[in-house]
Amino acid sequence: MNDTLKNHATLAEKFNRDIPRVDWHDKTLWFVREKRDKAANQIPDWEKLRETASQIKNNVLSNLHDYLVEFENNAQQNGITVHWASTPKEHNEIVHRIIQQHGVEHIVKSKSMLTEECGLNEYLEHQGIEVVDTDLGERIVQLAGEPPSHIVLPCIHWKKEEIGELFHQHLGTPKGNADPQFLTSAARAHLREHFLHSKVAITGVNFAVAETGEFVVCTNEGNADLGVQLADVHIACMGIEKIIPQRKHLGIFLRLLARSATGQPITTYSSHFQKPRAGQEMHIVLVDNGRSERLGSEDFRNALKCIRCGACFNTCPVYRRSGGHSYHTAVAGPIGSILAPALDMEKNADLPFASTLCGSCTNVCPVKIDIHDQLYKWRQVLVKNGHVTRGKKFSMMSMRFLLSHSSLYNFSGTLGRWVMRNLPSLVNNKFNPWYKQREMPQAPAQSFRSWYLKNKQHGK
Amino acid sequence: MNIGLFIPCYVDQFYPHVAIATLQLLEKSGLKVSYPLQQTCCGQPMANSGFEHLTNPCSTNFIENFSTFDYIVCPSGSCTLHIKDHLHDEKHPVEAASIRKKVYELTEFLTDVIQLKKIKARFPHKVGLHQSCHGQRGLKLSQMSELVAPAFSKPESLLQMVNGLELVTLDRKDECCGFGGTFCVNEEAVSVKMGKDRVADHIRQGVDYITGGDMSCLMHLDGILRRQKSSVKTIHIAEILNAG
Repeated sequence: MNDTLKNHATLAEKFNRDIPRVDWHDKTLWFVREKRDKAANQIPDWEKLRETASQIKNNVLSNLHDYLVEFENNAQQNGITVHWASTPKEHNEIVHRIIQQHGVEHIVKSKSMLTEECGLNEYLEHQGIEVVDTDLGERIVQLAGEPPSHIVLPCIHWKKEEIGELFHQHLGTPKGNADPQFLTSAARAHLREHFLHSKVAITGVNFAVAETGEFVVCTNEGNADLGVQLADVHIACMGIEKIIPQRKHLGIFLRLLARSATGQPITTYSSHFQKPRAGQEMHIVLVDNGRSERLGSEDFRNALKCIRCGACFNTCPVYRRSGGHSYHTAVAGPIGSILAPALDMEKNADLPFASTLCGSCTNVCPVKIDIHDQLYKWRQVLVKNGHVTRGKKFSMMSMRFLLSHSSLYNFSGTLGRWVMRNLPSLVNNKFNPWYKQREMPQAPAQSFRSWYLKNKQHGK
Repeated sequence: MNIGLFIPCYVDQFYPHVAIATLQLLEKSGLKVSYPLQQTCCGQPMANSGFEHLTNPCSTNFIENFSTFDYIVCPSGSCTLHIKDHLHDEKHPVEAASIRKKVYELTEFLTDVIQLKKIKARFPHKVGLHQSCHGQRGLKLSQMSELVAPAFSKPESLLQMVNGLELVTLDRKDECCGFGGTFCVNEEAVSVKMGKDRVADHIRQGVDYITGGDMSCLMHLDGILRRQKSSVKTIHIAEILNAG
């Protein structure tokens, strides 16, 4: 294991140097979790809804090939151009080619985690094309030169005062003005210019319906709609797992998505795109990027059910206290920790360990992904593939040896407790991460076993 | 009914009084309980660290110690869950399968198997219950706040039977304390922050004691409380149910 790689524990430790900020971050996201709970509790059949969504997604994963072909045929008949990309590079090149064909240098893009996964912005900027993210949160992090820290709430780690300062620098708003209403209006005016002058608009896809060849894009800001309605070309980018069989299934997913994400009954805009309007070009890029490989893995395939609601982020006690950037990957949080190792095991070997396996993520997941079980399974896979430090491996081997022999275990226990009682500085020192902010347990003179032998074994 | 007492290794070494309370509590209910002397550890610390493949000797040892009992009872949701979910042994598959079914966490055993309706215990203190995740979400000892489902709690129902005990309501009733096995040292900063936040919730409710079904979580919370020189104490649920 390469120790120079970005590491969740180190980044989280940095995040925790500003405790008031950690508290604020935790409370902000817990508020969203509570909103989600209220929304879920208003639907008596919530658990049935989750189960139904889960079963529909299982069906999709079992028949993905057929649904994709059905979708492609129907979309093509509707007049949409369908592209297939097996890698992020292919995806980015396809998008770039379409943009080039129209001789455009400025484009707008609404929120799409897939394009984050593929590094599209960076790629296009390298090709001399300016990409303006039109989701307010995404625009904020884009101006700040950062990736999103949350898949639904990209700038949740930014305070309004900081956004005021950022807008002052980039948009020329008055210094010190941190009024959310004012800042939103400023962003709106700023984005409007880009909407009006962009001939190409990119969106993500929340659901693609095989039966009709249409796709649905959900936003709260209407920015996806504004972008594509004003542009000559609409490019929609999606992972191949976003397929659902029939339009009627949206009745399940749309009810789950916003309630799980933010506690809203539904997103403000759930826009259906079925065919290009007269004179418009509509493209859809279907991306694999390791998904078909994951489909073949019994332990991890069900992560492909994810509808990117972010509920597992908001409930995760580790995420809330470590921030999205500590996950150093496009999709952070618990779901990111089971998706990222599949994309790059070495770079993301730390992420399945950035969890206490508390299981809250699995319980909030609207499509019932067994997230915490997959975190456990990824740990096994990572260790078997050698993504573990020598020190950890050695300590585990020693533990195995010790625990395999009860006499050795009893002897070591007695010795350890004796040391803790008589030479506490050997344990209570700066090399012991436990002791940094916690006292060690007080070691008793005898173990339970010794007590039992004295008091219970010999006729009481 | 022949009960095998499964005591987690760290309880055996650091918290013998918790094991004694568990044993006495079960004996008070008229049960025949034995402690197999060659037991060590269930293997969970290795498995959760990604080294499940190294746990074979632990599994074999566990099976040798416990296969003859009608029930196996353990004062830890976490260790019980590990056995239930992960005890496998190629040489003794039948015994392993049987143990996975007959291992019980203490409060679930008292509630579901012997169906305890009355407890002669007195504990006149204000108490906060820390729901350990593996017991709660893994073994489903209590309803989970994420689900839309009727409320219940096995440990809470038992505590309600204790004379004089006042159980507080927490702001976040089932948030993880951040212990998480090796997480507590590998992710020290987040682990401690989670623990401090749990402790603060209990203190806000004015508790004298924080109790729970897992000494591992309580050891972590206790370490924080003692460092803060707090007057709040931690106590395993078996000690309360066995008190007075």
